[in-house]
Amino acid sequence: MPEVKPAWTDEAFDALLGRVLQAGVLLSAVVVLCGGAIYLLRHGTSAPAYQMFRGEPGDLTSVGGIVADARALSGRGLIQLGLLLLIATPIARVVISVVGFFRQRDWTYVVITLVVLVLLAYSLTSG
Amino acid sequence: MMDVNAFTAVLAAGAFAAGFVGALTGLGGGVVIVPLLVIALGVDVRYAIGASLVSVIATSSGAASAYVREGFSNIRVGMFLEIATTLGALSGATLASHVPVNGLAIIFGLTLMYSAYASGHRANGVDQQSVPDRLSTALRLDSTFPTPDGQQSYHVRRVPTGFGLMYLAGVLSGLLGIGSGAVKVLAMDQAMRLPFKVSTTTSNFMIGVTAAASAGIYLRRGYIDPGLAMPVVLGVLLGSIVGARVLTTAKTPWLRTIFTWVIVALALQMLYDGITGML
Repeated sequence: MPEVKPAWTDEAFDALLGRVLQAGVLLSAVVVLCGGAIYLLRHGTSAPAYQMFRGEPGDLTSVGGIVADARALSGRGLIQLGLLLLIATPIARVVISVVGFFRQRDWTYVVITLVVLVLLAYSLTSG
Repeated sequence: MMDVNAFTAVLAAGAFAAGFVGALTGLGGGVVIVPLLVIALGVDVRYAIGASLVSVIATSSGAASAYVREGFSNIRVGMFLEIATTLGALSGATLASHVPVNGLAIIFGLTLMYSAYASGHRANGVDQQSVPDRLSTALRLDSTFPTPDGQQSYHVRRVPTGFGLMYLAGVLSGLLGIGSGAVKVLAMDQAMRLPFKVSTTTSNFMIGVTAAASAGIYLRRGYIDPGLAMPVVLGVLLGSIVGARVLTTAKTPWLRTIFTWVIVALALQMLYDGITGML
């Protein structure tokens, strides 16, 4: 990876954003697919039960719990890990945008993008 | 009674169709996913909203990766308006526990009915030659987009109105677990007068961030079920990739007609769910 880029054009920036989104989606799709295969092999012939809302068990509603389940190669845990990666993808895109606008010396948009990031962090950690 | 294998196959097929329509219109797959899950498959609304939200992120990110590189999306317009949508998503998620959702569904349905009417009556590209707007010049929102005759420039209009509508889009997203692509496109298409393809693709680009703001909250509330979300996400993703290929070659009037009918269908769905107390 090159250290210094004198001018970071809008086009180069757009291309990078596109690649980040693509990589994030691809990675999460692969993880969801692997988890899905394990889940269907183990539970494919049981009956689906989504008529009544019970809420997910605690281990599938927190990052720590999901990672632990995924490491134990639980199908549902792996799918949930893939979904976490999916949620993280647009957030990573915003982080890249901060860096991109910073390197363009576009201070207005550095501030605008940071505001979005702060709001995103707030909404993901509270409420 | 279907087993999990058959249920997954039906969901994946429906999700593929949802992703295709979502990418073409900038509405996100959630619009079609929630009715499919609730009405056709009898899934609880809360699970449906959870699966819809993650599918919305998949549609947005999958399609946006293609559009961004082709130069349709206006990144600055997207970033600036994301302040409004994430603020709105925060307000919506806070309001969610205080306001009856069926009442909001009725208001949303009525708003969309009007929007569909307004969308069908807009003269296309009337003021592309207009004078630049001061605020959008200061924020450097004006840009160009590719056409068969080369790059065409455009001016962005009525930034505060667009910002306000985007806040509303965020509120609805946080409340109902949808991408609110319809309101986003209407804000950019009608208020800010962006070219249709630019507003559609920029909306797609923004939906991911708005939905991510709500998805974290929904995940922690236990609304996101992996068995349900898996076929939905994978189906929607494939559908949105195919949809994105069609969009770059499709003619705009055709796209607008489909878009209007999707809004009408969505409005009727929201009204029906609101009146029968289904949401």
